[in-house]
Amino acid sequence: MAGAFDDSGADLELVGITKRFPGFTAIENLNLTIPAGSFFALLGPSGCGKTTTLRLVAGLETPTAGRILIGGKDVTDSPPHQRPVNTVFQSYALFPHMTVLRNVAFGLSRRGIQDALGRAHEALRLVELDHLAGRRPSQLSGGQQQRVALARAIVNRPALLLLDEPLGALDLKLRRQMQLELKTIQDEVGLTFLHVTHDQEEAMTMADTVAVMNKGRIEQMGAPEELYELPKTSFVANFLGQSNLFTGQVVSSSALSIVVSAAGTTLEVPRERAERHAGTVTIGVRPEKLTLLVEKPAPAAGTNVLGPGIVSDVSFSGVSTQYLVEVPGAGTITVFAQNMVFGPVVNRGSEVWVSWAVGHGFGLGDDQEAELRFTPDDDTQSIATQRRAALEAELEA
Amino acid sequence: MAFGSFGGDVVAVEQPRRSSRAALWLLLPGVVYLAATYLAPLVSLVITSLKTPDLVNFDIGRYLYAFDVQNYVHVFTQYGAIIARSFGYSAMATVFALLISYPLAYFIGVTLRKYPLWQALALILVIAPFFMSFLLRTLAWKAIFADEGPVIHFLQSLSILGPNAHLNGTPTMVIFGLTYNYIPFMALPIYTSLERLDLRLLEAGSDLYANPISTFFRVTVPLSLPGVVSGTLLVFIPATGDYINASPQFLGSTQTAMVGNVISDTYFNLLDYPSSAALSIILMVLILIPVSVYLALTKTEDLL
Repeated sequence: MAGAFDDSGADLELVGITKRFPGFTAIENLNLTIPAGSFFALLGPSGCGKTTTLRLVAGLETPTAGRILIGGKDVTDSPPHQRPVNTVFQSYALFPHMTVLRNVAFGLSRRGIQDALGRAHEALRLVELDHLAGRRPSQLSGGQQQRVALARAIVNRPALLLLDEPLGALDLKLRRQMQLELKTIQDEVGLTFLHVTHDQEEAMTMADTVAVMNKGRIEQMGAPEELYELPKTSFVANFLGQSNLFTGQVVSSSALSIVVSAAGTTLEVPRERAERHAGTVTIGVRPEKLTLLVEKPAPAAGTNVLGPGIVSDVSFSGVSTQYLVEVPGAGTITVFAQNMVFGPVVNRGSEVWVSWAVGHGFGLGDDQEAELRFTPDDDTQSIATQRRAALEAELEA
Repeated sequence: MAFGSFGGDVVAVEQPRRSSRAALWLLLPGVVYLAATYLAPLVSLVITSLKTPDLVNFDIGRYLYAFDVQNYVHVFTQYGAIIARSFGYSAMATVFALLISYPLAYFIGVTLRKYPLWQALALILVIAPFFMSFLLRTLAWKAIFADEGPVIHFLQSLSILGPNAHLNGTPTMVIFGLTYNYIPFMALPIYTSLERLDLRLLEAGSDLYANPISTFFRVTVPLSLPGVVSGTLLVFIPATGDYINASPQFLGSTQTAMVGNVISDTYFNLLDYPSSAALSIILMVLILIPVSVYLALTKTEDLL
């Protein structure tokens, strides 16, 4: 059995996985390959099936259909204790009746490995908690428990380490530090990490590859920059960061770009950055790629211009300022501008034009949904915007 | 290095100690109750156990204040075998009650957790026997296991028992009665422990290479130990002093007498108050010894 555990991590392969619970389908025909040694993040809103995927890999759930292969070996029918996999549980699930040391040594002892306690001490030193080895988990702080849970998993040198929102219970600062530490540990020990989270920032800072999951299937998969720069579905465009999306008919297309009639004007998108090249398409651009102009710019090749519009909201957030611009026919457009000067560049009510380089646009493979499947409302900016809208509504009433 | 930046490691788990007069006043009824119902009878018991017969104006049941330690020597030599038997029966009943109650409690507290209605019904079934006097229930068992009863007839027809076999009056029946009567006292505390068991810990166990048996003995059992300890004490202590099940009027015979029966006889029939008092005190001390060893072994004094 010990042979199943190696120091280099192992490929994880999910082939046609479907998981149905009474009354709903959690995962539909999921195919996924995670190469050995990578840091893979499954990102999605709650209820998208990401935790179920993790539990299937750990063996805590049985798939309705499909196979799970770890390092080329089919483990679909193996019970959890026979899989070369360890999990850092969202709740940590530390054994309350054991000391920290015994918790960490648990897996090694069950496999009958020599010097389990010595290696447990070593793992605790890695997370800098060796001086608390004699304590009970209940005597530790949340962050310390999290590190014990991590030590308890990595001490076994599993081929695959599963992380189920392990940073969810930590405060922001601790979370940032833990993210970096996890990444460091992964570089040091070289295991394959499968990380499940609903926090896009966490996924983007930590993972080599991010798979965005929605409604039981993977919408898009790739390196974080790739996903951010070139989202292929409206869900990804809005879940991973924010996007301004416009839908319209393709009116002309060339070898280099397509031109879409939308938002009362024509917008150009590079051909290789668009998923679809004919018919009705949805195109988009990230808010930080937009430039606010107080005068109507002269038409120029390689630039898209929208406007005029009215600035309906300005919110200052330190590094940048978020502007909401109401453009007739195009709806509300979000613009992030770096704070290069003191105070807002334009004020509420100003008339502005919005422009961006053609190369920054992207074309989606699906249609923009009237109603977002999931409103990304967990970043501070949109919370601030919502709070402000609520306060204003209250004052007006 | 890796986690140096976390620093601090300040853990404030010291419980704040609050002392207030109000708490002491609230304790008063309990203290008065204990003094009146526990301490006073205990003192009276000790005094009685040291009394000596009035040899001048001799009368049955008439004793004088004295310091007659001979009473203890006398009852210990005369009834030592019965005391040992009591502990034997009680220990066996405790073990059987544990073996039956643990799976029962696990089923109700863990397996039925997803079905609250069934869980509630199962709990009611465990408690239901309390709605009927245990004397009547024990007598019912006596009738069921009587020489002309259905069980004996059935076992005789299978030639498992001989033609003149008895069940009532045998040690088996006494242990059966003790086990039966005390099962709820074992099952309920264990249920309370298991009902709180975090099933995610079992998942963690299986994730860390422990097979189901290993997970059970290393995670489930230790976490339900408080319930097992309470249940064991709640069964063992009263069962050792029990005098109903072993009495010839119920499931026992003169050959199965337990120390409770002897205390009852010496008190009510022989009117030998010093002996019955001395026996009671011996019983109390003898129970305290295994109980404290048991508590030390399970290290759960703080639960009591």
